[in-house]
This record gives sequence, structure tokens and C-alpha cells, in this order.
Amino acid sequence: MHPKAIDWIIMGAYFAFVLGIGAALKRSMRTSTDFFLSGRSMPAWIAGLAFISANLGAQEVIGMAASGAKYGMATSQFYWVGAIPAMVFLGVFMMPFYYGSRARSVPEYLKLRFDEKTRGLNAITFAVMTVFSSGISLYALALLLRLLLGWDFNTSVALSALIVLVYIFLGGLTSAIYNEVLQFFLIVFGFAPLVLIGLKDVGGWQGLVAGLHTVAQTRGYAPNAWLSTWGVMGSPRDNPMGIDWFSMAMGLGFVLSFGYWCTDFLVVQRALAADSMDSARRTPLIAAVPKMLFPFLVILPGMIAIAATVHGGASGLTLPRKADGQLNYNMVVPLMLGHYFPNGLLGLGLTALMASFMTGMAGNVTAFNTVSTYDIYQAYIRRDASDAHYLTVGRLATVVGIALSVAAAYVTNRFSNIMDLLQLLFAFVNAPLFATFLLGMFWKRASGHGAFAGLLAGTAAAAVHHGLTLPVGRTPGIKGGWIAVMHLYPSQMAQNFWTAIYAFTVCLLVTIAVSLATRPRPEQELVGLVYSLTPREHTSERRWYRRPALLGACVLAAAVVLNVMFW
Amino acid sequence: MGLDIRVPIGALFSLLGVLLAAYGLAGGHALANRSLGINIDLWWGLVLAVFGAAMLLLAWRARGRH
Repeated sequence: MHPKAIDWIIMGAYFAFVLGIGAALKRSMRTSTDFFLSGRSMPAWIAGLAFISANLGAQEVIGMAASGAKYGMATSQFYWVGAIPAMVFLGVFMMPFYYGSRARSVPEYLKLRFDEKTRGLNAITFAVMTVFSSGISLYALALLLRLLLGWDFNTSVALSALIVLVYIFLGGLTSAIYNEVLQFFLIVFGFAPLVLIGLKDVGGWQGLVAGLHTVAQTRGYAPNAWLSTWGVMGSPRDNPMGIDWFSMAMGLGFVLSFGYWCTDFLVVQRALAADSMDSARRTPLIAAVPKMLFPFLVILPGMIAIAATVHGGASGLTLPRKADGQLNYNMVVPLMLGHYFPNGLLGLGLTALMASFMTGMAGNVTAFNTVSTYDIYQAYIRRDASDAHYLTVGRLATVVGIALSVAAAYVTNRFSNIMDLLQLLFAFVNAPLFATFLLGMFWKRASGHGAFAGLLAGTAAAAVHHGLTLPVGRTPGIKGGWIAVMHLYPSQMAQNFWTAIYAFTVCLLVTIAVSLATRPRPEQELVGLVYSLTPREHTSERRWYRRPALLGACVLAAAVVLNVMFW
Repeated sequence: MGLDIRVPIGALFSLLGVLLAAYGLAGGHALANRSLGINIDLWWGLVLAVFGAAMLLLAWRARGRH
């Protein structure tokens, strides 16, 4: 890959705009609400594009392309099953409580609904988690820049951290959201030509289908294994993911996806920045529309690359192999950028990748500064200070968050197994969360002690399940089985899905049991926080496409159509 | 919020579009080898420029309304 002046000019123009947006927004940051929640003034379409973009970090883009090559069309289940239903549920059913309660963060909702200790547990684990995720983004960006442009690790980390720091410090969440919208369009315009040229290379859709039939057959699967979703999930043996339809639907489609999209403050924060209840409810629904189509942008390149590698394409695109002889799936995107894009377009593609790394990091930093200011500093350190004080604290928290991310990036670089361990711990903490929110929002009897006990029990259940099971062909340790190996799963994905299912179930049962044994909060305190005690949210919108429930139904129907089309 | 997001998006994409298209036009066939004989810089640059101009137009119309 040989960038020329034109590519550097394109990248430079993007960075100038990013910093310019931050500078232009500086004057509008007067209160802490401006800084942390964009003054609750975002139109639904901006909040919606930011909602989806905050999740579309570069690891996602590179990882989805890799999975597209490894597993084929079934990867789109992470979108059509693992995202859309949860996003619709968030918009139609949950947003009235998040936005309507005026909570400024997800942990704050837990404080209003349950009690201080439940909020504290959630706030602290979330803050630690965001810092590490942001550090991993930074680390991955530095690795990629070293690979593609030959940049030094230290320079890459310092430069990207500095740019993110400047624009968030100046423009707060608004800056982050505006850059996420910009990144959304960069990814779309930077990746669409990759798909178009790639498809032409393998002989169009027909050629791709023929190529993927060869891929499936050479690996001992039915010819349509790389092109089907549900159709090849009758048994884990029939598909390269090693997944059956039940664990796909329950583990990914229910527990993991609802746990992420409906409770993770990183995405929910974008909806809280919306300018009205209707806009907040429409935010995830608007986001669901491009989300549904993203598989064609981010998964298809992987499918093209594997078809070209195994079956052959016109231009001889071939995936490189790792030292152990396995195909290096993570190289799909960098390889295709370098192979198909002439100088000029190459600059655009690289800019899109860098933009998604930086917004991935910025999303974590804005969520971190909000939670650490409102839910940690204001809750436990200084309760009644002036708003200006919290604005200053928020800016300081931004600096601290970025400094910690840089530290995390270096830790990852030195000890990658520490990072694997941490991510495993976070998975345990996150797995049961949705049960707590579900009971909190829809069962008025659920109590604070119940929620807290349920969360701890759910996390413990996740850890124990992981400790007792192992994916086939792995040795006991970080992959599981560190207590004893009682059950073997056909794949690591199956193990992850079942860990989540157990954690959710245990959290649900323990929360119910402990709640029944403890005193509930008086009903008048729960108005606006629990479904049965809150007046229904009636939209004032007449136009059908602006009515949340109807829009949600249309989005779901479209997702069903996609599932059937690629059955 | 002080700044209509469509203005920077429109300006950036118009700029990138014009840069790409001009580069594609000047480079001609030498560039196209890589992308299967299509002068993708030229065509994609035009797509970007049209998108950028549309964003600027929307922002300009919204400003008229206030």
C-alpha cells in the first residue's frame, strides 16, 4: 500500500474538519447538560445516525468482514437477529422510561428505580469497561497504522488520542455525535466502492454464489452453507459457526442483543441527547434502518474475499496466511483496500477506517466522562456543587479518561492476555444486566436488594458456567474449563451464547426470589419508572413514519423479510 | 446547537469529491488498472460531490426557514 500526496491531503482534510467542528461547538458548551447530553437538542436523524455509528467502531468493521469470510452470510444474524429486535424494543418500550425519567445516564436510572448500591455497581463496572474498550480501540488503530503506513506505535497512539481529546474537550457529546454522523457517511462512501469493485471482480452476484458454493464444499459443508442463515442452523455440524438455531435465537437474539442495545449507556446516551420524547424513541428506530443494510457493506467484502481466494477472481485477490498456515481473516479489509483502490480512493478508505477507530474511542470517552461525573463524582464525592463545577469536572474526566485509555493501550500491547481476561470479566458482568432492566421496568414489585443480588448471582453464574465448559479442541484456561470440564460446546460462540443464557436466567430468578422476600418501594415513587405505573406515552405525531410504534413495526417487518430472503 | 451538521458534512464531501474527481481526470488510465479498468476516482468523486452539494442545499434551505 503506497499512499501518495492525494491520499494524505484527503486524510488531512478530514482531520481539519474534525478539529474545526470541535472549535465551532466550543461556544455552545455552557452547562453540564450541553457537555454531557448535547443540551438534549439533537434531531432524531442525527441522534439515530450517531447511535449506530457509535457501535460501528473499526474493530466491528474489520471483525465483521473477517466473520463474513469465515462464516459467510450467517454473520448477518448479528445484525438482523442480534440488533434490530432489541433496537425496536428500546425505542418502543424502554425509551419512555429512560428519557421520561430525566435520568442523565443508565446508572442513574438504576438509582431512581432501585437504589444506590445497584447504581454504584453498574456505574463503576461501566466506567472501567469503557476505559478499557477505548484503550483497545487505540491499540488496534496503532497496530493497523503500523501495518498499513509503517507508523510507529507511540506516534499513532499519541496522535489519535490527542485529536479525540481536543474535539471532546471542546465540544463534548455534541462534538462526538457530529463526528459519528460524519463517520457514518465516510464508512458508507468509503466501503461501497469496495463492494462494487469486489463484486465485479468475482463475476457479480452469480459469480459470488458459485464461488461460495465451492468454499462450502471444499470445507465439507452443504453448498449453501456460506449463503444461508437459519437454513443451516438445524445442527451445529451444518454451519461453520458451530451454532444451532436455539442458542442463536436465545443467546444472541435475546439475551446478548437486548443486554447490549437496551442497557449500554454508550448507545443509550445518543438517544438521551434527542430533542424530545418522540425523537428519543425514534432514535434507535431510525438507526435500525441503515443497521439492517450494513451486512451488505461490511460482511459482503469478507464473502467476496473468501470466494476470490478459494474459487479465484479476475484480478487474483488472495487472502494472506498466518504463520500457522491458517487464512488471516482479519486482513480482509486492509487487503481489499490496497488491492482494489487506486490512490485517491485509497485515501478515502483509510480515512473511513481511521474515523471509525476514533469515533469508537470517542464514544467510550463521552460515556465515561458522563458516568464518572454524574454517577461517581456527584454521587459519592461532591453532591451539591454548582453546574459550572460539574462542567469542569467533566472536562477533567475527559482528560483522565483519555490518559487511562492510552495506558490501557500500552498494557494491551505488552500483555495481551490481561486484556483477554478483562474482556472475559466484562462479559460476565454484562451478561445478566438485561434481566435487571426487564424486571425493573415491567415488574413494580422488583426491589433494590433483589436487583443487586440478582446482578451478583448472574455474574457468578456466568463465571461458573464458563469455568465448567469448554469449546471443542481447546485446552482448559482462558477459553473455559478452569474449574472442571463438564460439558463441551461445538464452538466458542456456542459457549458464549450459553454463558449469557445461564447468567440471564439466574439473575432473573434470584431477583424475583429476593424481591419477594424484601420490601418493595412505595408505588408513588415508581411513577415514570415502571410500565404499569406510568401513563402511556401518546405521540403527537400524525405522520405515520414518525410514530414510534408504527415505525418500529415496519422496521421489524423489514428485518423478517431479510431473514426470509437469506433463509 | 449553534452549528448545522449538514454544513461541515456537505463542505467536506464536496471538497473530497472535487479532489478525487480531478485526480481521476488527471491520472486517467494509469489509475484504473487497479480497479478493473474503471476510473473509480473520477466516478466516485462525482458521487461524493453530488452528495456534498445535496447536504449543503438542505442546510441552506433549512436556514431560510428560520
